[in-house]
Amino acid sequence: MTMARITASVYTSHVPAIGAALDHGRTGEPYWQKVFAGYEFSKRWMREHMPDVVFLVYNDHATAFSLELIPTFALGTAAEFAIADEGWGARPVPVVVGHPELASHIAQSVIQEDFDLTLVNRLSVDHGLTVPLSLMFGQPDAWPCKVIPFAVNVVQYPVPAGRRCFALGQAIRRAVESYDDDLKVQIWGTGGMSHQLQGPRAGLINQKWDSRFLDGLIEEPAELAQVPHIEYVREAGSEGIELVMWLIARGAMADVAGGPKPTVRHRFYHVPASNTAVGHLILENNR
Amino acid sequence: MALDKPYLDVPGTTIFDADQSRKGYWLNQFCMSLMNAENRERFKADERAYLSEWPMSEEQKQAVLARDLNGCIRLGGNIYFLAKIGATDGKSYQQMAGSMTGMTEQEYRDMMVRGGRSPEGNRYLNEDGDAQPHRQPQGAAGRK
Repeated sequence: MTMARITASVYTSHVPAIGAALDHGRTGEPYWQKVFAGYEFSKRWMREHMPDVVFLVYNDHATAFSLELIPTFALGTAAEFAIADEGWGARPVPVVVGHPELASHIAQSVIQEDFDLTLVNRLSVDHGLTVPLSLMFGQPDAWPCKVIPFAVNVVQYPVPAGRRCFALGQAIRRAVESYDDDLKVQIWGTGGMSHQLQGPRAGLINQKWDSRFLDGLIEEPAELAQVPHIEYVREAGSEGIELVMWLIARGAMADVAGGPKPTVRHRFYHVPASNTAVGHLILENNR
Repeated sequence: MALDKPYLDVPGTTIFDADQSRKGYWLNQFCMSLMNAENRERFKADERAYLSEWPMSEEQKQAVLARDLNGCIRLGGNIYFLAKIGATDGKSYQQMAGSMTGMTEQEYRDMMVRGGRSPEGNRYLNEDGDAQPHRQPQGAAGRK
């Protein structure tokens, strides 16, 4: 029997202004050209390496989850996910189609490996999920594959540690690869890189730290996973904490479980998009 | 035992932890209500009346009316919630973030295009970077 497999991991910032630039036809402006240029290769690569399902790790920005309910790890198990109105009106992008069977299998496998996920059957998705889809797929009438949303709390402390995220990624890989259907699955880690959206320190960017983070993510992810929250805050800005989510995707790659190193197919970094340093990586699994 | 807060010595930065969240519960929940277009219209039509429907402190209401985002954050607000007020006003995250520095929109935008705010001098309180308390407000507001 052929099982599902993780073919690649993709990492990208999910800056809301990128979505606004796309939705309002401003992609041709020189300011935005410099951002979108970094994704031209990625869109071609996606067409050639289209998965059946994207497991998309992102954070909800006080959209689906208010202060009434703050799940640390929330897995979208629904058949469809509506596009949220975050206050500017909903982005004009297609509805997100889920994969309830695979999501339920991942839930069973990962929860029984001691990760206490919250399962969500009604979830509206915000820019954290839709901007990465737009960057990688452009502006189609329907998204070309299914998407399982996986929301991580990085808004209210305590947020999960990098090492927990990295371990969770490993459990997700085992879950996917024990699903008995011949599916190609990509896992995406989104958010970051350095940015701070609040207070007199708003606008902080740390290119050196971001560059070391990208190097570490590729070469020494287990060591990178030990970095404590306070270093993210001090070095990469208060909202740079989103980068712990990249460790979930990295943990799902084969080399972490003793397999061969992934191939770095693409690496891009640019400052700024609005308040944020944009980072982007594509790692292909080797087996 | 109190919450461990290793982040209190980062200048110009408020970490949204459980204490802040308790303080700002209704302020943030009010912000969530602005994700509904009808509520946005009602708020814009009479901000005072709309705010009176929420059990927020008078200080929080004043900070919202003044669009004083630093004040809102001090009083328990979180930027991802407060962004709903900005969205209602038609503001971008860049305009909102910039408003907390004292810089004009153009000054803040220019800083970002030049590579953003440097972390040098801005990692710990009592250094001399531009985000330190003794150097506020920045930009045009600081020159007045």
